[in-house]
Amino acid sequence: MTTTARHCAIAAACFIAAWVAPDALAHVQPGEAAGFLSGFEHPISGLDHVAAMVAVGLWGAQLGMPALWVLPVAFPLVMAFGGFLGFVGVSLPGVEYGIAASAILLGGAVAFEWKPPLAVAAVLVGVFAIFHGYAHGTELPAGENAALYSMGFVLATGCLHACGIAIGTLHRWPAGANVLRSLGAVIAAGGAFFMWQAFA
Amino acid sequence: MKRRRAAIALFAALPAAAQAHLTSSGLGPVYDGILHFATSPEDFAAVVALALFAGLRGPQQGRWTLFALPCAWLLGSFVGLVAIMPQSNASMSAVWLLGLGVLVALDAKLPPAATAAIAALLGLVHGYANGSGMNLTLAVTLALLGLAAAVFVATAWSAAVVVRFGNAWRRIVVRVIGSWIAASGLLLLGWAIRGG
Repeated sequence: MTTTARHCAIAAACFIAAWVAPDALAHVQPGEAAGFLSGFEHPISGLDHVAAMVAVGLWGAQLGMPALWVLPVAFPLVMAFGGFLGFVGVSLPGVEYGIAASAILLGGAVAFEWKPPLAVAAVLVGVFAIFHGYAHGTELPAGENAALYSMGFVLATGCLHACGIAIGTLHRWPAGANVLRSLGAVIAAGGAFFMWQAFA
Repeated sequence: MKRRRAAIALFAALPAAAQAHLTSSGLGPVYDGILHFATSPEDFAAVVALALFAGLRGPQQGRWTLFALPCAWLLGSFVGLVAIMPQSNASMSAVWLLGLGVLVALDAKLPPAATAAIAALLGLVHGYANGSGMNLTLAVTLALLGLAAAVFVATAWSAAVVVRFGNAWRRIVVRVIGSWIAASGLLLLGWAIRGG
């Protein structure tokens, strides 16, 4: 049998299997799908969070190795710590200001291509991650599947960073670097708007 | 060494939440056990995290884990079936996810014996949680065998994929996944402390 014939046979078998397949017996446990989906949806539901997390990826791409992967590794961990603080009821004042400031400073860092030492960048990102995580931790709904919610939540955060890193690959080209800096400026401007809203 | 022993003792001291229910797959008890594992994110993520870690450490540790984890899981399951022990708290799974995720994220250089010990402990604790609350019947026994087989396959796949990663970038991706697992564990721990 040639390769093409074999592929056709496999495709036909898959089609027949799909056509005659019985009804799915699987059923979702109460709260499971809702837990993962609502967890995944949570980080992408707020523009302030999205802007800051994409900015982390953009900045990591500008800074290059090892910041490129250290920042996206550090952010979810520290953000989860912030979420943990929110869960257990630790008081953290000025969360909305911290989130807005994160968009301003991270966007500004991208706009000006600020290249501090790795430790400084990691600490800066970590401090802001606590605010973001805390805000999510205090907003998480009860009655969800905790494990799936947490995984969806972290996965969405990681995807936002990955988007930022993917966009950040534009940095290789001079025109792309200018586009990145412009994006940083837009994020910083958005952060200023969020800060104005927080004060309003 | 003392810190490692203390960490292991801490893990052992926190019993896991009993998930003593089996979803019917309609295909028999063995598949019920497999389905139970596949639909228990705390179990599945912990196994994958350990397998990723063992894979990062190389073929030898991968092989140790591949056999230590399912065997200990099965043993723990049968202990859970027959033992009468105090009920558990829900933070155990979170602590496991956090600890294993951190090990992966840090690409920690543990000796093979330590990795095997962690695998055995994870298997015993989670297996016990699976078995506790169930009655010793043939169907449950078959379900637990199916569950242990699913653990074996998940470990084999996850570790084997990572063992072949020579490229630094791929190893970084695994470490990023480890950080995500750790972050999920930390959130889960906060959730458990809050009480749902």
